[in-house]
Amino acid sequence: MIRHLPALLVIVPLLTALTVSALSWVAPRLCLPLTFGCIGASLASSIGILVEVIKSGPVVYTMGGWSAPVGIVYVIDYLSAPVLVVVTAVALINLIASSKQIDRDFSDKKGTFYTLYILFVTGMVGIVATGDAFNLYVLLEIAALTGYSLIGIGHERAPLSSLNYLFIGTIGASFYLLGVGYLYIATGSLNMADLARFMAMPEHGTSTMVMFAFIICMTGLFIKMGLFPLHGWLPNAYSYASPASSALVAPLTTKVMIYAMIRVGLYVFTPAYVFGRLQVGGAMVWIAVAAIVFGSLLALAQKSLFKMLTYIVIAEVGYMVGGFFLGNRMGITGSALHIINDAAMTLCLFLAAGAITYRTKSDDFKDLKGLFHQMPFTMTAFTVGALAVIGVPPTCGFFSKWYLIIGGIQAGHYGYAAALIFSSLVNAVLFFRIFETAYFDQPGDGKGHHHGHHKHHKHKNKMVEAPVSMIVPLMITALGLIALGIYTGDIVTHVIQAAIPGGIA
Amino acid sequence: MEQIFTAMGAKYNYVAYIILMMVGLYAMIVKSNLVKKIIGMSIFQTSIILFYVSTAYKTGKTIPIVPYDAHAAVQAADFINPLPHVLMLTAIVVSVATLGVALALAMKIYRQYGTLEEDDIHEDLRSEEGKS
Repeated sequence: MIRHLPALLVIVPLLTALTVSALSWVAPRLCLPLTFGCIGASLASSIGILVEVIKSGPVVYTMGGWSAPVGIVYVIDYLSAPVLVVVTAVALINLIASSKQIDRDFSDKKGTFYTLYILFVTGMVGIVATGDAFNLYVLLEIAALTGYSLIGIGHERAPLSSLNYLFIGTIGASFYLLGVGYLYIATGSLNMADLARFMAMPEHGTSTMVMFAFIICMTGLFIKMGLFPLHGWLPNAYSYASPASSALVAPLTTKVMIYAMIRVGLYVFTPAYVFGRLQVGGAMVWIAVAAIVFGSLLALAQKSLFKMLTYIVIAEVGYMVGGFFLGNRMGITGSALHIINDAAMTLCLFLAAGAITYRTKSDDFKDLKGLFHQMPFTMTAFTVGALAVIGVPPTCGFFSKWYLIIGGIQAGHYGYAAALIFSSLVNAVLFFRIFETAYFDQPGDGKGHHHGHHKHHKHKNKMVEAPVSMIVPLMITALGLIALGIYTGDIVTHVIQAAIPGGIA
Repeated sequence: MEQIFTAMGAKYNYVAYIILMMVGLYAMIVKSNLVKKIIGMSIFQTSIILFYVSTAYKTGKTIPIVPYDAHAAVQAADFINPLPHVLMLTAIVVSVATLGVALALAMKIYRQYGTLEEDDIHEDLRSEEGKS
């Protein structure tokens, strides 16, 4: 049983998705418990695999007993095991938090929603677990297609934003596929470990075809992760989607794509090629700097909460891409650590924003007045998430940013270090502006007739907290941000250091 | 210059896929009608399928089926590479699914705005924003 866990991680949700879809016709009440059980089991098995990996090294599973270059293998190593836990944990927490929202917004489409939800998790888990370059493409599309649907199922402008996302996302995935095609022509293999072995041969190290494959593969992944200036699809897709979908898609898609970039960079094209021969690092870090600066500045220009958060996501993508292309141990450590931390931070902020819009029906800044009094628990969790994004210790955001800045300085890339500090300052401005509105302004201010006739101060500040099923997961996430910060040392020494191949200084 | 043309003639499958790809990209970027964009996307995906399948071809070689009465060892060089074809079966399924999702979204958009012209939809949205 334990031996088959890597395969079960993908197969169980896939079959459960079908079951849920069928159940929605006969017993719609059972959809949620089944989804919950399935994702809970996935989380439990990911944790089991993580423990196994820490204890006795990477787990390799050969599908159907066909061994490596011919068959498809699933490889859970030090890099993928923690990301697996993050993916399943985010999915589970968001499922609990959004069940009320799903009931309210999609009462007639609940079965469909849960089916898509599980399929999305299947795709994400598969991307993380697979050790085959083409298999990664297929799972990428499974995750992407369900992602489009989860976004498009929303109301108002959601379908239009989702269709635009679909166009851009398809171009991105197709580019990745094209890159894999050229790599296959050059080497004749699709297995990642096998490809890395071929890359060590001098004829592939100098081949133009391999260089083209690298460029086009990476461009595809950059489009998928929304790296500036390829981010156009991201803000609308994530801000017009239902909060139940965006709190799942926003923390996972970009982060898992960055995982895929690190996987392809380190374990397919190998560091010796990417950082040694191609010398693309410097240019890529400057693009990342642009992403950080523009993401932060555009976030500053927004007037609503979700839009602002989406631009923060774009800036964070810049952090991780820059950290990876610094090409030193510190930078890549920071980048990998930030995948975990940023998924948790984004989840926390999106859940809080979801809880706010669940009550206020609006995420416009002017409707956030007095929220600290009305929704104290939500706003406390929001504050923790905001502090993590700003990078205040002991929240986890501080530690990954620390590794990234040290990496930038070690690599002599001061522009990158400066961009990180600049972005932290902008984030501080962004969030303290919200805190000010939400703490000091009264809900009635400037809105006139809505609350104007309530003379009593007390009445205005009545608590209208979100339902318990939203608050508890949100609080767990907020505490998780602090716990991740406190245990950073352990995560880095036991897991992430082992994930980075030797030879990177 | 002449060399480039000879090279392009020898590897015309690559030229064909690049042209198809650009046709698809052009439609996706320039066209305002959403269905035309979706058609462009389909052409774009098909170009990559063509690329894969054409790379498998070997001049003068046959389909990868071993004859019933073959006694000599099978030489891979005598057969067309079947793997890209198999990969593209999956890719075709993916592109059909993408097409389905895209058309479903287009239907939803049409029900919402009563049009599939992107310009009209944006005009609609702008006037809505002006009102609120």
